[in-house]
Amino acid sequence: MVDKQTITEVKVDELVDKAVLMKGQGYRLVQISCTFKDCFEITYSFDKDYELEHFRIYGERDEEILSISQVFFSAFLYENEMKDLFGVKIKDIAIDYQGGLYRVAQKTPFAPQKEEEEEAEHV
Amino acid sequence: MSKRSIVPFGPQHPVLPEPIHLDLVLEDEKVVEAIPSIGFVHRGLEKLVEKKEFTEYVYVAERICGICSFMHGMGYCQAVENILDIKVPDRAEYLRTLWAELSRIHSHLMWLGLLADAFGFESLFMHCWRLREQILDIFETTTGGRVIFSVCKIGGVRKDIDKDTLKGIVTILDKMQKELKELTDVFIEDYSVQHRLVGVGVLTKQEAHDVGAVGPMMRASGIAQDMRMLGYAAYKYLDFEPVVENDGDCYARTLVRIREIYQSMNLIRQCVEKMPEGEIEEKFKGMPQGERYERLEQPRGEVIYYVKANGTKFLDRVRVRTPTFTNVPALLKVLQGCELADVPMMVLTIDPCISCTER
Amino acid sequence: MTVLRFSTYVIKKLFQKPATHLYPIKKQKFFERTRGHVAIDIDACIFCGMCSRKCPTGAIGVDRTAKQWDIERLKCIQCSCCVEVCPKKCLSMENAYTAPSEGSVKDVFHARVPDNQPDR
Repeated sequence: MVDKQTITEVKVDELVDKAVLMKGQGYRLVQISCTFKDCFEITYSFDKDYELEHFRIYGERDEEILSISQVFFSAFLYENEMKDLFGVKIKDIAIDYQGGLYRVAQKTPFAPQKEEEEEAEHV
Repeated sequence: MSKRSIVPFGPQHPVLPEPIHLDLVLEDEKVVEAIPSIGFVHRGLEKLVEKKEFTEYVYVAERICGICSFMHGMGYCQAVENILDIKVPDRAEYLRTLWAELSRIHSHLMWLGLLADAFGFESLFMHCWRLREQILDIFETTTGGRVIFSVCKIGGVRKDIDKDTLKGIVTILDKMQKELKELTDVFIEDYSVQHRLVGVGVLTKQEAHDVGAVGPMMRASGIAQDMRMLGYAAYKYLDFEPVVENDGDCYARTLVRIREIYQSMNLIRQCVEKMPEGEIEEKFKGMPQGERYERLEQPRGEVIYYVKANGTKFLDRVRVRTPTFTNVPALLKVLQGCELADVPMMVLTIDPCISCTER
Repeated sequence: MTVLRFSTYVIKKLFQKPATHLYPIKKQKFFERTRGHVAIDIDACIFCGMCSRKCPTGAIGVDRTAKQWDIERLKCIQCSCCVEVCPKKCLSMENAYTAPSEGSVKDVFHARVPDNQPDR
């Protein structure tokens, strides 16, 4: 059996609709991962019968993203992790740890350019 | 009107192998809700990608967890090999499968021992681990280390196993199978064990799908999905079916794991029979460029490796999504409605590997 | 419904010898491939520094002018990368573990200088 994977780009506001569509078709949420390269690249992966579908959104540093944990409850851990480590602004997470999920010495350690981050916080 | 109280469970608890904290909301003796809190062993291993070259990162990836250590190394190597488009020689694939299945046996035996310890049956716990020592000795004979093997590299494996040692491994497993049968019969038939496991912590098929459970949690509720069917490493040449039970309680999960041990022994026998001669590694040149999602079946479930490379010797991003991370919401679901005395059993039944969860 | 199913197994094991062995009173036996610690044949070493470059943790230090090779024992992860990469094959992986220690242990090896060195 060959591993089929497709990556599609979606807009930030279409995200929750896509999640509802996936849930209706019987997909399960596999993972949410984040990379920072000039802007945030957040990938949501769904699986059904060994086929993976990835949806990728490109978000700016301060852009607010709506949580999909109302649709897929298990997404709350991934979104808290992204908030903690990368500083992605996600609102309405089902259980929100307010940045306290991991006990890290520095806030948002995986996000680059820390001086800019501190400036953004002070503003 | 019953009183609600909050009892903290963990991070230090005699039954937990690794620290996890749960805030249990209780009504009399029944758990109504549970709020997890993780982050006690966060080491930030994913950030080390900026400092270690991609050939050296295997050693970091192996050390994410001590129990599923080999499969982490294998997953990382497979992801990078796919990006670089290297074809690993067949003998190396068979050797990797052999070590992966041995890892699965040792992990499940360890879990059986911890489960026995969780309901107080300590002599059974010790005997399970005594059997596990034989597997660790096999690891030491073939790779040089009991827990961390350092045997997987990008392009193949670093050590070979000769024919006599392979036959020796099959003999040890045959001898172990008899002792294992006595041990697992206790789990399956003993009255006191059944009293603690049957009907406890039921997860129905629909709930397992909604909450996103993976691995034996999912297979014990009737969903037949096993990532080894994807055919990575040498699994495409081997003959097996996913092990499924339908009840969804703790007893079904125990049965799934026990049957997976026997299935792994069978897979190892098939591997040793079919192993071809040949090279054990493929040399490669160049830097990786691109990205890849690689899925493997660890003893605890499905693990996903996301590797993103940009053409230099330092990778952009490595992201490991381990199975226990996905099973935590399943744990919260299973905890609702159970008695306080059953909470340690529930936590153990997802096979928690917290160092994997938090990397 | 079976009760006390494990009892026959336990009674049988009561009369056999224990599965553990008394370490450190009895010496531990190691297997042939056990990765214990890195050893060097210092006279064959040419101080090229390949092992130091390949070491993933940076435990090895090589000084060409002083003809010194040192290894920080607690940083070494016994991966045998240095053993594989050495061009003169003077490094080997021994199968005994190093003794436990309380701080960082650095083992230093100096190459022997021959007695009659010509004047430069």
